[in-house]
Amino acid sequence: MATLRIPTPLRAYTGGNNEITVSGNTVGDALNDLVTIYPALRPHLYNGEGSLRPFVNLFLGENNIKDLQGLATPVSENDRLLLIPSIAGG
Amino acid sequence: MLPGLSHEEILRYSRHLLIPEVGLEGQRRLKAASVLVIGTGGLGSPVALYLAAAGVGRIGLVDYDVVDYSNLQRQVIHGSSTLGILKVESARNRMLDLNPDIQVDVYNEPFTSYNAMQVARDYDLIIDGTDNFPTRYLTNDLCVLTGKPNVYGSIFRFDGQVSVFDARRGPCYRCLFPEPPPPGLVPSCAEGGVLGVLPGTIGTLQATEALKLILGIGDPLIGKLLLYNALDMSFDFVNLRKNPNCKVCSPEPEVTELIDYEAFCGVPGHDHEEGTVGEGWDITVTELAERMQTGNHLRLLDVREPHELEISHLEGATLIPLGQLASRLSELDSAEDMVVFCKAGTRSARALELLLSAGFRKVKNLKGGINAWAKEVDPSLPIY
Repeated sequence: MATLRIPTPLRAYTGGNNEITVSGNTVGDALNDLVTIYPALRPHLYNGEGSLRPFVNLFLGENNIKDLQGLATPVSENDRLLLIPSIAGG
Repeated sequence: MLPGLSHEEILRYSRHLLIPEVGLEGQRRLKAASVLVIGTGGLGSPVALYLAAAGVGRIGLVDYDVVDYSNLQRQVIHGSSTLGILKVESARNRMLDLNPDIQVDVYNEPFTSYNAMQVARDYDLIIDGTDNFPTRYLTNDLCVLTGKPNVYGSIFRFDGQVSVFDARRGPCYRCLFPEPPPPGLVPSCAEGGVLGVLPGTIGTLQATEALKLILGIGDPLIGKLLLYNALDMSFDFVNLRKNPNCKVCSPEPEVTELIDYEAFCGVPGHDHEEGTVGEGWDITVTELAERMQTGNHLRLLDVREPHELEISHLEGATLIPLGQLASRLSELDSAEDMVVFCKAGTRSARALELLLSAGFRKVKNLKGGINAWAKEVDPSLPIY
């Protein structure tokens, strides 16, 4: 089971939880598991066609999944996924 | 040729001169440097103060706002004595009080595609302390097109981000965020709030990166993004790569000049709340007060968050937070006359768009929200 870190702007949709344990062999499966547990997150991560929104950045450890194999990137036990939000406050 | 230091300056900067990595030459470099700070708000406050204190010779400030009471919870460069004064003037006074040996240039104007090139022309380094997506994309593209480093910082509630985007040596902001989020999906600090000390932490980190770049010491955050969370007290670093298809910094860019960033982001280039739905769909607080006096049935729909009710509320209003509205439309009757409100009119404008798309027609958006009501109709309510 990997853990997925939720940034503050999205914690409103995870009941305030900051780290969620997710199951799945790939990043895509792990994300699916996340939005199954917290359906209110789905519209923030996926667009109407079911693909990941372009401004959503998901990192496996220190690397952007876009630089790995995208949603097909394998995830193993103890891996840490980070969701990085677009924020603009100053 | 680097400028020399007077005896007073040598005394002022003695703690810098004692560090071998800075020394006399480093301090002279700081004196010769020029930095443009976009925004003199939460992030701009510590950035401008520390760069002034450190002896950066020329600092430009861009902002067009005046100091407001609600700024003082975090914008520590301003004070009660400068309420209502132009932010750039308020900041310049404080900086020159801290260090009269520097030059502070002020640009009391919005930072836009029309003036950005001109304003930024004479500065070596740009610090992004803005509060909205259009100005962040503008700042990024400007830095890529002119080959200047962009010291980026951004905040929301308890989260902060810091990086140095220098397209000559690494990725740019657009490599990480090719597109802005759809309007309304990410709340601003004016809507969602921010812990007052957070911009202090993030702005100080930006100032640190700026000084390192000027001095040419240490490892700048190029190709790395720092993610800070105050609640968890966590600092995470992730690697950023240059996007080979980046629209502005790739070898064959689509964007070769500054564009209309408000159109690109679909939101205005500021973080002021001024929601409006358009002709015929707004109602002013005085119009609402008159309508309420007629005694005809009118549903008041409050789309704020539950914890905001403690601050102020309107008697008899129905609370459905904006985030829940789409799934709770069945609780509302489209045959009823309805006025939707929030704090200042931004969220209610979005709620109205949602209601209109769901077929509601007897709905109005309260311009200025409950804050306008408190100001113009019921002064017993606080403004927040």
